Amino acid sequence: MYAFDLERPGRIADAVKLLSDSEESQPLGGGQTLIPTLKQRLAMPERLVSLTAIPEMQGVCLSDAGEVCIGGATTHATVAAEAGAYPALAALAAGIGDPAVRNRGTIGGSLANNDPSACYPAAALGSGARIITNAREIAADDYFQGMFTTALDEGEIITEVRFPVPEKAHYEKFDQPASRFALTAVFVAKYADGVRVAVTGASEEGVFRWSEAEAALSADFSAEALSGLSLSGDGMISDLHGSGAYRAHLAKVLTGRAVAAAR
Amino acid sequence: MPKDHGVGASSARREDVRFLTGRGKYTDDIALQGQTHAVFVRSQVANGVITSIDTTEAAAMPGVLAVFTGADFADVGGNPAGWQINSRDGEPMKEPKRPVLAHGKVRHVGDAYAAVIAETEEQARDAAEAIVAEIEEQPAVVDMGKALEDGSPLVHDEIGTNQCFDWGWIEDNRAATDAAIKAAPHVTTLELVNNRLVPNAMEPRASMADYDPGTGDYTLYTTSQNPHLTRLLISAFVLGIPENKLKVVAPDVGGGFGSKIYHYGEEALVLAAAKKIGRPVRWTASRSESFLSDAHGRDHVTKIELACEEDGTFIAFRTETMANVGAYLSNFSTATPTFLHGTLMAGNYAVPNVYVNVKAVFTNTAPVDAYRGAGRPEATYSLERVIDMAARELGIDPLEIRRRNFVQPDQFPFTSAAGLEYDTGDYGALVDTLEEMIDRDGFEARRRDSAARGKLRGLGVNTYIEACGIAPSNLVGVLGARVGLYDAATVRVNATGNIAVMVGAHSHGQGHETAFPQVVADMLGVDENSIEIVHGDTSKIPFGMGTYGSRSLAVCGSAVVRATDKIITKGKKIAAHMLEAAEADIEFTDGQFSVAGTDKSVGFGDVALKAYIPHDFPLEEVEPGLEETAFYDPANFTYPSGAYACEVEVDPETGKVTVDRFAAADDFGNVINPMIVTGQVHGGLAQGIGQALLEQTTYDSEGQLISASYMDYAMPRADDLPFYEVDHSCQTPCTHNPLGVKGCGEAGAIGSPPSVVNAVIDALHAGGHTHVTHIDMPLTPARVWSAINS
Ligand SMILES: Cc1cc2nc3c(=O)[nH]c(=O)nc-3n(C[C@H](O)[C@H](O)[C@H](O)COP(=O)(O)OP(=O)(O)OC[C@H]3O[C@@H](n4cnc5c(N)ncnc54)[C@H](O)[C@@H]3O)c2cc1C
Repeated sequence: MYAFDLERPGRIADAVKLLSDSEESQPLGGGQTLIPTLKQRLAMPERLVSLTAIPEMQGVCLSDAGEVCIGGATTHATVAAEAGAYPALAALAAGIGDPAVRNRGTIGGSLANNDPSACYPAAALGSGARIITNAREIAADDYFQGMFTTALDEGEIITEVRFPVPEKAHYEKFDQPASRFALTAVFVAKYADGVRVAVTGASEEGVFRWSEAEAALSADFSAEALSGLSLSGDGMISDLHGSGAYRAHLAKVLTGRAVAAAR
Repeated sequence: MPKDHGVGASSARREDVRFLTGRGKYTDDIALQGQTHAVFVRSQVANGVITSIDTTEAAAMPGVLAVFTGADFADVGGNPAGWQINSRDGEPMKEPKRPVLAHGKVRHVGDAYAAVIAETEEQARDAAEAIVAEIEEQPAVVDMGKALEDGSPLVHDEIGTNQCFDWGWIEDNRAATDAAIKAAPHVTTLELVNNRLVPNAMEPRASMADYDPGTGDYTLYTTSQNPHLTRLLISAFVLGIPENKLKVVAPDVGGGFGSKIYHYGEEALVLAAAKKIGRPVRWTASRSESFLSDAHGRDHVTKIELACEEDGTFIAFRTETMANVGAYLSNFSTATPTFLHGTLMAGNYAVPNVYVNVKAVFTNTAPVDAYRGAGRPEATYSLERVIDMAARELGIDPLEIRRRNFVQPDQFPFTSAAGLEYDTGDYGALVDTLEEMIDRDGFEARRRDSAARGKLRGLGVNTYIEACGIAPSNLVGVLGARVGLYDAATVRVNATGNIAVMVGAHSHGQGHETAFPQVVADMLGVDENSIEIVHGDTSKIPFGMGTYGSRSLAVCGSAVVRATDKIITKGKKIAAHMLEAAEADIEFTDGQFSVAGTDKSVGFGDVALKAYIPHDFPLEEVEPGLEETAFYDPANFTYPSGAYACEVEVDPETGKVTVDRFAAADDFGNVINPMIVTGQVHGGLAQGIGQALLEQTTYDSEGQLISASYMDYAMPRADDLPFYEVDHSCQTPCTHNPLGVKGCGEAGAIGSPPSVVNAVIDALHAGGHTHVTHIDMPLTPARVWSAINS
């Protein structure tokens, strides 16, 4: 690790100011991705601005519009424990990493990082969530822009994420045996106006919506509705844990299982 | 009634108190006044010529005390291979020098070519980044088959080939084996890979060296399974520090699994650096360094043929193996694929013909050496997979085909067709026990239950035999060992009757501190808690060849018995004097020396006290003190054996394998502490199941290790494993060591992979996927799915 300064502001405005002061500043959420990167000397920010001491960015609540709203620095463990109004989301949070990771890792950090095999991106895209930042609101459909790439600007921070609560939903994750991130995973959510299907861990472009499956499931919310469909392995991640074709196949299997398990 | 103390009791592991409360003292926990930090600069390319290394800037950086490159060690010796293997044509193996730091050429990713010593680790790291090395990258060779082709890039130019040796065992049996296979009514052929494993001890390697300019004495604290061997290698081969000037201390060590048997260049570097700067120098590997530079395990590519009669009677096994030795020969690397593998290729079977050919191959990868089981897992896997395949082809029950071919109890001692003399065993009894454990009758119901959930259930079985208690010197000497493989112990009875036992074995998780006292306590009739085990320090213990090859109890434990026998003999002398009787009339039982046929007796404690207060000793007959040393060199290997069964569920849609049940029936001879034995089996099974299903060491064609962290290298976790059924009630004691023990440390890792794979194949066949006859380990979901859909 190279030396850096650490700031722990108590307000969003102070955090934003600290981040805009210097180009070499970077937000720090739970540090579950960033700290290992620093330890390996793969990044050398001069200043880390921790977001975990900002009360405005903490906690889970239910909005008047019936959305589950989660502060950007809320840990996975808190979401697992408190997002009961959206059971599939709480279950997803409960299945990330291990207790140590869940007690530190945050939803904002996960969405900002947009790891192609991460869980939260599937929930956000699969729910049509709204990503709230210090500057604006971004629809999930516009937010994810490819592996490790998002619509966030330099110094922009996720302060809150709002999830419309579906009628039924389920996250079906197939663990990569080593990291236990998603080798491939699918989030299926059934809303009054249609079904959303988000696939993570599969595409080289990061999380994506499987529109054919959405159409089929919107017409008939059953695993059988998927029978004629398939995804191509082209453009899918291929690594020592599985080929693109395998991931494409898994995406379909997992979608069917998610539909069957949706509550 | 289970015993509550002494031999046969499940005494709680006393060392666990400190391990579980964070009070263990590992190398990295040791802090010395004025200590400094070493950081190694490691090659990022797999094969390259070092054209220049500029250390000027690094040397001038803050806190930097010294910078070393390969040139600084050009005149010192190489780290040698411990076994001399000759090729079939009589040529000695190729043995290129393994330097302290790479010089002239780097040969694998992670090969260290420079080191920086600085006041802090961060300063050393900064300076290491400032070293400018020009390394001309050359094509790397990773695949063994390609490495043996003409025109392949060479790992060591000076030897002109990548083949280290081409070994035949037993060469004189080759023609007969070939003929038998040619004439056989049924031949089953299987090509398989025994996957390379990264050892992943929980504690990474670490070393700290201290040099005393006042006396010229060196001390090396290091993560070693055998401090005396490390000292010997450094003294006799590498740095030439006299043994009497070098103390090697291996304090608590957090697992080794083989990887800490060997001497590594980092140990020599910190010693040389400590002398140069006159201050202690420490180094602890990062996990990334462990992945790249610890000696890996396994990595065989094998073709095995089993010839048999239509009724399943085995006629011959013929094996051709390529064994990867990596870029350099690590200390045991030449013994592992040969004498720890080829000699076991008759398995538990009375098969008349066995021939094994092993080609050891240099590649641009980390060195490969013994890893828990070492050679014997490779042998067991090849045999027990091909037998399973033959049973399926012939329509014979997999346990039945094995039973038909077992060496029978009345045949022992039995000389196998691969040349070893098995002393005892009862393989049929092991299978009987196994069958009782696994509820085979209930299997079909469980299979139906799985099917109802869309899963395919399979049952896999196998047996194994291993050669353990790695010793006898005369035998290993014939087989090419350059060291003797005995062990030593000193029993020191203090004046107040408590006891220190200095042992050459090194405990790094095995529980010696608990089990060895059980043996001594029984012999002397004293409380086992009054006995302390001292190990891991060359200045405190007499000598020792260390811990590996399931040898600690069988070899070192036997030395402890011999030394304790001497204590009793001397105690009798002292008691005879105290009781005014003839020495020949003294009997010793339950801690009491008594005069036969009388009620005169004296306790062990009184005798001990007398030994140290010899006011009226007949000094011409008895010396004061009560301390004895024994070196023990056995007559043979020991031969643990077992029968294992595994039940898996396969999800045919995803390829995911779940181990649902696992049963292990082992014959370890006599058992000193059943709980520790069970624990050793549990750990071994976890490693074996890990190898079978999870652990994947992958180099790309350029020699980059792409599974170089836990993000990609899957270690078994608790929820990957079932509750095991473990039994060690079948006991055919070893006939040639005083404890009758055989060794249990490696069995689980040796015996388990074949039954896991056999179970998966069985499951797939039950599901109609009969085209799948083999899948190479690890059986990851993707591989199983691909096999189903191939
Ligand atoms: C062992 C292990 C297992 C894991 N398993 C899983 C898993 O199964 N599934 C899964 O999805 N994830 C997994 N993770 C990742 C984990 O979920 C982390 O929470 C996530 O990687 C990053 O969150 P963080 O809060 O730790 O962010 P940090 O590491 O602190 O930051 C990550 C990045 O996001 C930026 N950032 C942080 N917070 C914000 C914010 N509010 N606004 C804008 N930018 C921000 C940082 O500057 C940095 O670039 C695992 C991690 C580990 C270590």
